[in-house]
Parts: sequence; structure tokens; C-alpha cells
Amino acid sequence: MKKWRLSLRLFPLFAIALLLSGCGKEGLSTLIPMGTVAKEQADLMLFSLLIMVLVMVVVIVLFTYAIIKFRKKRGQEDFIPKQVEGNAKLELLWTIIPIILLIILAVPTISKTFAHSDTHVAKGDDVIKVKVTGHQYWWEFEYPDQKIKTAQDLVIPTGKKVVVELTSKDVIHAFWVPALAGKIDANPGQTTSLWLDADKEGTYKGRCAELCGSSHALMYFNVKAVSPDEFKQWSKDMKDGPSAPTTASAKKGEQIFKNNCMSCHAVGEKGGQTAPNLSNFADRENIAGFKEHNKKNLKAWIKNPGKIKPGAEMPSFEDELSDDQINALADYLFSLSVKK
Amino acid sequence: MSVNAHSLSQPKQNSGFFSWLWEWLSTVDHKKIAILYLFGGGLFFLIGGIEAMLIRIQLAVPENTFLVGHNYNEVITMHGTTMIFLAAMPFIFALMNAVIPLQIGARDVAFPFVNALGFWLFFMGGIILNLSWFLGGAPAGGWTAYAPLSSEFLGNGMDFYVLGLQVAGAGTLMGAINFLVTIVNMRAPGMTFMRLPLFTWTVFITAVLILFAFPALTVGLFLIFFDRLFDANFFNEANGGNSIIWEHIFWIFGHPEVYILILPAFGVISEVIATFSKKRLFGYSSMVFATILIGFLAFMVWVHHMFTVGLGPSANTIFAIATMAIAVPTGIKIFNWIFTLWGGQITFNTANLYAVGFIPTFVMGGVTGVMLAVPTADFQYHDSYFVVAHFHYVIVGGLIFGLFSGFYYWWPKMFGRHLNETLGKINFWLFFIGFHLTFFFQHFLGLMGMPRRYFTYLKGEGFDAFNMVSTIGAFLMFFAVIVMLINIAYSAVKGEKAKGDAWEQGRTLEWSIASPPPEYNFAQTPLVKGIDAFWKEKMDGKDKMTAAEPVGDIHMPSSSIVPFLMSISLTIASLGFIFSAHDGVRKPALFVAGAGVVLFFLCMLARSIKDDPGFHIHKEEVIETEKGVR
Amino acid sequence: MSSVKDNVTALPLHPEKSTLEGKNKFLGFWFFLGGETVLFGTLFATFVALRHQTSGGPAAEDIFGMPLTFLSTIILLTSSLTSVFAIMAMRDNSLGRMQLWFWITVILGLAFLGLEITEFTEYMHEDLGYTTSAFSSAFYTLVGFHGCHVLFGVVWISTLMIQSFKKGITTVTAPKYYVASLYWHFIDVVWVFIFTVVYLLGILGG
Repeated sequence: MKKWRLSLRLFPLFAIALLLSGCGKEGLSTLIPMGTVAKEQADLMLFSLLIMVLVMVVVIVLFTYAIIKFRKKRGQEDFIPKQVEGNAKLELLWTIIPIILLIILAVPTISKTFAHSDTHVAKGDDVIKVKVTGHQYWWEFEYPDQKIKTAQDLVIPTGKKVVVELTSKDVIHAFWVPALAGKIDANPGQTTSLWLDADKEGTYKGRCAELCGSSHALMYFNVKAVSPDEFKQWSKDMKDGPSAPTTASAKKGEQIFKNNCMSCHAVGEKGGQTAPNLSNFADRENIAGFKEHNKKNLKAWIKNPGKIKPGAEMPSFEDELSDDQINALADYLFSLSVKK
Repeated sequence: MSVNAHSLSQPKQNSGFFSWLWEWLSTVDHKKIAILYLFGGGLFFLIGGIEAMLIRIQLAVPENTFLVGHNYNEVITMHGTTMIFLAAMPFIFALMNAVIPLQIGARDVAFPFVNALGFWLFFMGGIILNLSWFLGGAPAGGWTAYAPLSSEFLGNGMDFYVLGLQVAGAGTLMGAINFLVTIVNMRAPGMTFMRLPLFTWTVFITAVLILFAFPALTVGLFLIFFDRLFDANFFNEANGGNSIIWEHIFWIFGHPEVYILILPAFGVISEVIATFSKKRLFGYSSMVFATILIGFLAFMVWVHHMFTVGLGPSANTIFAIATMAIAVPTGIKIFNWIFTLWGGQITFNTANLYAVGFIPTFVMGGVTGVMLAVPTADFQYHDSYFVVAHFHYVIVGGLIFGLFSGFYYWWPKMFGRHLNETLGKINFWLFFIGFHLTFFFQHFLGLMGMPRRYFTYLKGEGFDAFNMVSTIGAFLMFFAVIVMLINIAYSAVKGEKAKGDAWEQGRTLEWSIASPPPEYNFAQTPLVKGIDAFWKEKMDGKDKMTAAEPVGDIHMPSSSIVPFLMSISLTIASLGFIFSAHDGVRKPALFVAGAGVVLFFLCMLARSIKDDPGFHIHKEEVIETEKGVR
Repeated sequence: MSSVKDNVTALPLHPEKSTLEGKNKFLGFWFFLGGETVLFGTLFATFVALRHQTSGGPAAEDIFGMPLTFLSTIILLTSSLTSVFAIMAMRDNSLGRMQLWFWITVILGLAFLGLEITEFTEYMHEDLGYTTSAFSSAFYTLVGFHGCHVLFGVVWISTLMIQSFKKGITTVTAPKYYVASLYWHFIDVVWVFIFTVVYLLGILGG
């Protein structure tokens, strides 16, 4: 009987937990966690929320009772309430109870904070290391062990610890994949780190979370989790580089690329390093990190990148290249796949 | 607005626009400076509010193109900076000036001249900052202005940010020192520290926090200034600089700033709730203790703004525990307020509605604050809409509710007329409902993965509904403010005249004198016999304070235009420095800057050389004035 | 001058704190110095964080010379002492003696500034420009801020002394002299920290 009444009282709390866990889109929301770190963070968030809801309930009940019960009623205008100075016992009570609640919260806080910040990699650990560099407004990904460079789409194997080392080429950015783990800043001239893993295959949305300039809001990226075997295959394919263009248009596009784009962009090993590496461009999820991945959007981007991402470094090629040339270039870029 | 202010100025022998203007430009009377702060801050509050509306319009629907990219960043930067430095701070100073000398039984503040200077520096600082809109674009680095974005990557707008805040900050610092000395040295006989009204206590602690926090900002701004204008290397990583230094300096200032803002609101709530419950404040001593403790802890927690910087788990957890500790004194305050209401006889007028509405609203901001103190969970919350919701609950739901409560409460004292209650209640309910609609759902937006400072979100991210609700709420708040403006205009013409003890259950000294108070405040310095001194006298059957001195001549400081001139010269200097960043005009601009600085020091010299003898209001005149008001 | 002398008998024991205005000035100035402490504290922290970031330019141990800075220190410490003598003279109501000691303070302050300018010019010649490295920016900013404070003190005390010929020592002027000397002590204390943190640690290469 007693137990039943207790669970009845706790029901609203569980209801909140349940309600919250239905919040947001899968692959984006922190409330639908898909990795170890995000899960533990969500648990901790929920745990602290429950304590706080408890506090809120106590306050609201006392508060509501007070303002209803003690409101001024007609005919009592001359009533002078008792001038209470205080109450040592009560005051002690509401000093000590919060302290206890905070201690309860502090214990998992400390242990989880240390656990989630542990990015130390010992020799022989089975982890994937990734060096991430933030640029205005795109992300560069380098796998030092696999000797691969790519951009915008971070490919990781499921079920494996991925240690991310962060830095920035220009201003401060922050690397955030809400469904997999919390964020850490990418600071120019310094390295920071975090770790994450993904339970199942899929695409997780990533974003920049530190104001970095005009297109801060568009500095998206994707984390693609694939099976470990697929990842192994992919890293091998990436090292081999993309297959050569086959169609005439794509071949023409390759030439245009060499003349106009390679001072900044690289394909495979060759090319500049100041702009995204395009080796597996055709395999990517989005144009410019957030637009649908099709030739129309690509052409619009090449013509005027600043129109899609205000403040983007890449110059406009509207007046540099003819429509035909841009078509060819798009065909070439869409031939850049490492998938066999 | 000016109509209202005009009706309150005491008519001098020769009226006319210019003598009216001169009077306000040169006043050193704390009551008039309070009004200047109120309307100066009000002006910037409206500007900041319009900026907020622009933000909400842009975010109402996904992939909107109303305000994007750099322009959006300008608006969010100016919204934050304006609301914190140019609206919230002057509103607080308005109440400080209007109330503190009256609450402690003083005829004036310690440094009337510096008081005026403080106001004019704040005001000109705000003007400098807002001039950026017309002179090449506003700052766009966020109100936190993180380097190296602010120091290397953004244009001229950042110079306006740096110098505008530098000038306004100097004014704030002076104001703080003035009130510290006023509260320590100018209390009436019998007004011991443990008899100070709680608003005075919170202002005292706030002033201490300003004194120790603002110089850090001053230095930080100088560093950005030197990096930008003279190619220094503080935040330039290529030459050995370190951008994290700015974050530390900014938050060593910035966190205390949050408490600088909220403590006076705590004070207002304590006064209003006690008055309208007809009860003395429950647990006065623990309230004072909690205020001091919060002030002390304010300097120990700045790293909780920087959990994601990568300082490591040890630093993060230490600061996390310190942050959680703040919940304890804050909790003490909440329960003391509830138990002040308990057993009282509560009148629900607009002032008290805001005060009572403050309690649950602020508790919500407080509990999300504790949630944010958990570092690894903060990795998820940080820079998301969860944080936006949290600090708006604290700053709007806490500070602005407190300030509005204070405005309605002390308005009759400041202006001699009540604000209209019907309009007031419409104002409150619109604002209260609008506020919760706007910000409550932003918690969920954050948890669902929406970062702050994003000028748009994509279709299919699931953010549409909550954002729309938020925008609707913002419009309600906007209408609420319009109702308040109408109320102010209405009351200036038709408002009910206020008695000295305007609410008839005033407890503290300010209610023992006329509304608005005469120039000299107290004809005779009152003798304070306990907490809630005026209430005590009333309970003993008297209708005014026991005097501590016979009626006599009263010495007053003379008004002076020098504070205004000093702020003008610093404005000239600032604009000179700002334009020296443009290559073509570097030399002449630097010359103008130098001239402004020299002018400033000449004003100081003039002030030093010419001693101010002040003037006396004669005994007969005082007796005559006192007759008129009772 | 004679009118000043007539006031002499009325001067209380602590003329700087005998009126409410005087007390306010006295207390307000202490608060101001509290804020100044944070200001210099922040500058020191910045300097300490950046003192090894020489970015290929000269480092502290390469250029700082002990004799010059030691001389500066002695000069500034002495000037602090002379300002104490000036305040003692003020309390004795001896205008001439106060003026003498304050003028000596001003001269010592000017000597200090002269040495500082010499020192900075020398460093400039050794390729330590303001923009050379994070270290150089932090160094010039910290020491320069202090230098500006000294300059302001020199100008301030000088104008007070010029006025003192006309105004003498009264309960109105005494607080001004007093806070000026307080300011001067503060500058001196800051210099002691600069000498230790910037120069001694720099030369030792710690």
C-alpha cells in the first residue's frame, strides 16, 4: 500500500523523463543519445533534472499556499500581522537540505566528468584517433594512423572509442555532435580533446557551437558511423584515392579543377591544404555541409559560395568560368568516389 | 518622456527650453540623476528590445532570410551588450540613486559631482556603442567578444564595442565607489549596518563586486584595443599570444557581473514583499549573510563559463562544486521570501505581482543554473538554447521582474505620482505570460540540439514549433513594454498624486518624507531606532521620524556642467581612436583622440583648482517647504 | 599667505579626516585603490601567462639589466619616503616644509620616468618592439601602465603644490594632499611587484 503510494507520487517525475526522451530528432537530439558519452550525459542531465524538479515542487507548493492563504481579504484592512523576525530551526533546515542534495549531485558529477575527459591513449589501445581542425566555416578531419585526410564527413566505425584532437586554423570553434557526445572548443594554437563512440550505424549531425563569424550557423558537419569492416575498407580505399574520371565531361572537369581549384583544394595527396580535401566528394552527405547533395546545389555553390555561406573564403566563379565549364567541373567532382 | 521629466523639475526663476536643458545637464542632485539613469537606460532598453524582436522574427520560421550572417551577428551582439551594460546597469543605478540616500537618511551621496560624471560616462558610452550602426557597422563578436574573432577578424565595429564599454565601464566604477562611501559614511544616527534596509545591503555588495570586477574588464578591453589598434600580440597566436586569456579575463569580470545585476533585484524583492505582506522581512540576518556569501562566491566560479575550453577535469570539477555551493545561499533567500509572505496580509498590486512572480521564475533559472554546473552535462548544454533559456530566466525573470517591481514600487516616490494599476496589471500579465512562452521552450530547443547564436535552423530539424511559440511570446513581451510606456505617459498627466507614505504601509525611511522628496531630502536628519525605522515610529503612533537635529541651514553642492564636458571629451577621444583604425586618417584621428584626452584632463584640472563652496538652503526656506507638503 | 596663517590655529590633529568631505575622500580613495589593485593584478596575470612567449624576439634574460632597474627602484622607494615626510609636515601645519618634500617627490618621480624612457629606448634598439612578441606587448603594457600612473602622479602633485601657495593647508586641501600621497605609495608598491615579477624573475630566467 505504502509502496504503491510512493510510486504514485514519483509518477510525475518519471513522466517528465519519459516526455523528455521523446524530444527532438534522432541523430541530432541530446535526448536520444546514440553513444556511451551522450548516454551517460543524458542520464546525468535527467538525474539533476529530477532533483531540481523536486526542489521546484517544494517551492511551488509552499509558495502557492502562501499567496492564496495569506492574501488580503475584505474587512481586515486594519489587521497588522505578527512581525516575525525569523526561525533558526527552519532556516537551518533549508540550508542543510540543499547541501545534502548538492552532495548527492556532486558525486556522479565528479566521476563522470573525469571519465568523459579521459582521452589518454595508451600504446596498443584499440581506438581510432582523429585530428579535427576548425576553419571558417568547415571542418577538416585527419586520421593520423590511417594517414587519411578528408573534410565535412567524419567516418567512424561503430562500437569503437574515437579520440578526437581539436585545434583551429583561425578563430575559436567548438565541435559538437549532440547525439554522440558533448562539445569541446577548438582553439587556435592549442589542442583539446574529447572522445565519443556510436552504437549503431547512421549519420549523426554535427555543428559548430562557438560563434566564429558570419556563417557560424552554417558550419555543419556529419558523423557517419559504419561497421568496423566497412570502416577498414573505407580507409583502405581512401588511401588508394578516387577512381579516375571516365566520362568526357568529367575529364574536362578534371582539367578545369587543376587550373582553378587545386591551389586550395586537394584530391588525394595532390593540391592545396587551405580548403576542404575533395577526395571522396561524391560520397559526401551534403553540399556546403547542409544543402542537399546534388549537382544543382554544387553548381550554385561554385558560382557564388558567399550567397550560400556568407563570409565563405572561396571566391565566386560566376565570372571566371562559363556555365559549360561549371557543368564539367560538377561532373568531375561527382565522379570523385572511393566506393568500389 | 521628456514631458514627464519636465513636470518634475523644480521650476527655476527663468524657465525656457535652454535653462531646462542646462539644469538637467548640470545637475548633481541624486534624485535627478536617478531620473536621468531611468530614461537613459529606458532608451537603450527599447533599442535592445527592438533588436530582440528582430532576432525572434528571423528565427520564427526555419531557413528564414530576414536577417542573416554578419547582420544577424551584429544584432545579437548589440542586443546582449545593450541589455547588460546600457539597460540593466543604468536601471539598477536609477534605483540606487533614487532610493539609497533616502533609505539611509542622507541628504545626498558622498560625491555628487562624481555621481553626475558616472551617469554621463555611461550615457556617452552607450551613444558611442550605438553610433557604430551609422559609422561602418556594429560589433559582431557576441557580447562576450571572444578573441581572436574580436581582435583580428572583425571590422571597425569592435572598436566601438571596446571604447563604448570602456567609457561606460568607467562611469559604472565611479558610481560604485560613490555608493560604497555613501553607505559607509553617510548613514543617519542609529542606522547601523544590521539595521540597513535589505535593498541598501544588496546595493552595497553589488558595489563591492563592481569595484573588484570592472577593472578586470577595463584591462581586457585595453588588451583587445592594443591588439587591434597598435598590433600588440596578446591574443595573436602566431606571435605567441593566447586567446584563452581573454576568456579568463572576461569571465572574471563577467561572472561577478551576473551577481552585480541580480543582487539589487534580490534587494527590491525583499523590500516589496515585506511592505505588501505588512510584515518585516523573515530572517533578516540570514538574508544579509546570504548576500555577502553570494558576493564572495561570485569571484570563485568564473570557469563554469569555460568548461568546454579544455582546462581539464580537475579544474572543471573544482569550479563545478564552487558553483553548486551558490545554490545554498540563494535557496536561503527564496525560502525567506516565502516565509515573509507566510502569515502576512498580502496586497497584490503591480509592484507586488512582479515581486511574487519573480519567486517561481527565478527558482527556475536557479535550478537550471545548478544543472549547468555539472561539467560533463554542460558539454551538452553549453552554447545551446538551454543556456539562452537559463540566463534569460535569471536576467529577465530575475533582474527585470525585480526592476519593474521596483519601478512600480518607487515610482510615486521618484515622481510624486502613482502609475496606473489597471494598465500596470495588463503590463504584468502580458509580460509574465510572454516571458514564459518565449523562454520556457528554449530549454528544450537546446536539449534537442539547437546551438545559440545561429541565425537559422534547417527544415526537418524539428525546431520549428518551439521557435514559433518563442516568437509569439516575444511579441507579447513587446506589447507589455508598450503598455508600460503608455502607463508612464498617462501617469505623468493624470496619475494619482502620491502621499509621502505612498503605499500607506511603508517601512523604511524613504516613505517618511514627501513624494517627490524636497531637494534636501530630510529637513532634519532622522534618528533611527531599529530595523524598518519608519514602521517602528508608526507603530508607536507617530506619523514621522524622530529628528536627530534641530532645523537649520542645509548645505548643498552646486550644480556643474563639468561632468558633462568630461564625458564629451572622452567621447571625442574614443571616436578619434576608433577612426585611427582606418588607414587614411590614422594621424589626424590620433590627434583628435589626443585632444580629447587633454581636454578631459583640463576639465579635471579645472575641477581641482576651483573649490566648490556649495550653497545653503536657509532654515526659513526649509520650514516653508515642509509646510507645503504635509 | 597671511590669510592662510590666520587659519593655522583652527587646524585639527588629522586635518585630512576632520570633515565629512575629507572622510569621504579618504575612504573613496581607498576603494579606488582596491579597484586599481585588480587592474594591476589582471595586467600581472596576463604578463605572467605570456612572459615566455618571445616568438623569436629577445627574451627577458637577454635584455634586462640589473643596475638601471635597481636605480629606478631606489629612486621610487625614496620618493615614497619623501611623500611621507610631506604628510608629516602637513600634519604639523608647516606649509613650506610640506611643499619642499612634495617637490622633492615630484623630482624623484621625474627622474624615475627619465630612466624608464631611457630603458625603453634601449630595448627598442635591441629589437624588442611593442609588436615583436606576446612577451614584449605584455611587458610594455604592464610597465607602461605603471609609468602612466607615475606621470599622472607627478602632474597631480605638481598642480596641488602650485595651488598650495594660494590655498595653504586647510581642512579642504589637506584631504587632497593626503590622498595624493596615498596614490604615490600605491604606485610605489606596484613597482616593487614589477621589480620582482618582471625584472628579477626575468633576469634569473625563472
